[in-house]
Amino acid sequence: MAHIQLKNISKTFGNHTALTGLDLDIADGEFFVLLGETGAGKTTTLRLIAGLEKPSEGQVFIDGVDVADWGAAERDVALVLQQYSLYPRYTVRENLEFPLKPKIRRLPDAEIKDRVDRAARTLRIEHLLDRKTDRLSGGEMQRVSIGRAIVRKPRVFLMDEPLSALDAKLREALRTELKNLQIQLGATFLFVTHDQIEAMSMGDKVGVLNHGRIIQTGTPHEIYNNPRDTYVASFVGSPPMNLIDGRLVNGRAVMAPLNFELPFAGGAKAGAATEGRPLVFGIRPEDVYLESGAPVEARVHDVENHGVEKILTLRVGDTTLRATVPARTDVAIEQPVRFAWNPDKVVLFDKGSGVSLRHAG
Amino acid sequence: MATTMITTLDRSSRAAARGLSDISIRNLFIIPTVLFLIVFNIFPLIYSLGYSFTDFRASTNAPANFVGLQNYRDLLNDPYVWSNFAITAKYVIVSVVGQLLVGFGVAMLLNRDIPLKGLITTLLLLPMMLSMAVVGLFWKLLYDPSWGVINYALGLGNFEWLADPKMALYAVALTDIWMWSPFVMLLSLAGLSAVPKHLYEAAAIDRAGPFYTFFRITLPLVAPILMIAVIFRTMEAFKTFDLAYILTSQPTAELISIRLYKMAFQEWQTGRSCAMAYIVLIMVLAITNIYVKYLNKVKER
Repeated sequence: MAHIQLKNISKTFGNHTALTGLDLDIADGEFFVLLGETGAGKTTTLRLIAGLEKPSEGQVFIDGVDVADWGAAERDVALVLQQYSLYPRYTVRENLEFPLKPKIRRLPDAEIKDRVDRAARTLRIEHLLDRKTDRLSGGEMQRVSIGRAIVRKPRVFLMDEPLSALDAKLREALRTELKNLQIQLGATFLFVTHDQIEAMSMGDKVGVLNHGRIIQTGTPHEIYNNPRDTYVASFVGSPPMNLIDGRLVNGRAVMAPLNFELPFAGGAKAGAATEGRPLVFGIRPEDVYLESGAPVEARVHDVENHGVEKILTLRVGDTTLRATVPARTDVAIEQPVRFAWNPDKVVLFDKGSGVSLRHAG
Repeated sequence: MATTMITTLDRSSRAAARGLSDISIRNLFIIPTVLFLIVFNIFPLIYSLGYSFTDFRASTNAPANFVGLQNYRDLLNDPYVWSNFAITAKYVIVSVVGQLLVGFGVAMLLNRDIPLKGLITTLLLLPMMLSMAVVGLFWKLLYDPSWGVINYALGLGNFEWLADPKMALYAVALTDIWMWSPFVMLLSLAGLSAVPKHLYEAAAIDRAGPFYTFFRITLPLVAPILMIAVIFRTMEAFKTFDLAYILTSQPTAELISIRLYKMAFQEWQTGRSCAMAYIVLIMVLAITNIYVKYLNKVKER
């Protein structure tokens, strides 16, 4: 169990900058998810903590100790990779034993057996122990590589998109299992993913990474409801937050090129400074609702039926926005509808910088 | 899914216009090769099998008499032939093990990011490209007792590498190691670079030391390709002739192929030497078979 801290980390590969001025604080026993697109620097961050890469600048602390000169072995971390990286030609048992067998810290045989059996039971791979690793399915392989991480009782678990190569059903199942495992072990987890659903459902805390910078850190709730800028707003959530250009005029939201108006609850709070200034209004699709007497008319551009709900794409002029409505709502494409939003849920972003006014505050 | 292996002849092509069909074109290409193989390889092979049962001598006009298995019986009872086999076995073991150690070692050194890696690899491959006879002549100069570079460099005075009964065989093996280690190196490099990098990273994370990583990950993964190198080198070493013939005439370095050459073309015991050639052939086949069986086993694991 450990507390991890990154201070002002930068990493460059040749003339490519992977990370710039990264600060990260992962509390002991926390499930921290690092979320970002491909190439955002998530894996690099992980490898820096694991000791597989050295930072160009900045420091890594594990339990308050600067580990700059420590190799991967001394840092006592476990790493689960996307490509499983099981040792070929060995059975599942041999793979699980591998980290326990090096001569320097060789454990007694009974202890090894005990740990392997316990890990196998936790991950429900007991029946596979004597099988060769190339005879396993993707999900089984990933369980084995997680098993190899837990037999050692490391201080930190690092996981690099461990679920992304698996099919949807299995991904869901392993998501729950991993979360349970973390609670059971009480260990510090750093989980890297590009999948915002994984981030939201598993993380105690989520860090959103873009172009080598941490944009926002917070609980999934904070990230979802109070995104720091338009990037986080559009990256987190499926479908993403609607972002519409406009201005505040007399406490009402006036959409600039579209010429429609909606009430805005925070009008008084936002104050005179925001009056008339170019803004971006952010509203989650589930906070947009259809109502016969609502202020704005739109046409239904597209309907996506998801079973429990329908995602409508509404068209006003030539801008579209998404709305999530109950599945029983009966709508047809090109049908005229009227919609409104929940004025309490609107997030304001500065048009120029894209930063939320609440955070800029 | 059925894939057509043969492209059918385009009806408007010139070949078709000359009245050639697919089959006749195929025959046109294949028959000369097959004929060549039969005349120069298969026919002599079978013909010599026939001679191995006779007392034929190519130097006289005397008719060949059928002697049955007499040649084989004599050869297998001849202690000199057995000593030739023992020498050959020693030579094969020394030179193949040497090549394996040197080749794999150099490959391990080269399997990392070092400047001028391509150039170094190419230069190291050069010995392999030379002709056996040329290498033999060069090393004869290097080994020369009075003005050879080796004695000069090692300060060995007038030590006679090639005329020393104990040393001659090892001197030949050393030359062979020099010449063929690059071959093992090349195959090892291919094997080493095929080991996924993330396995090493996983091993580092699992706190495995360098030796543990080498014996548990590197070696098992490179083993099949090393086996192939061993098969090739053993077969080659077993039939080494030119190198040893040029370098030394010590009886302690008389490999089986040299014995065979002497028997056939100096003593003109054509029938007996045919029998001997067959014994060697059967041995090489047997050894190769054992290796291939083992290779398949290694691959299966």
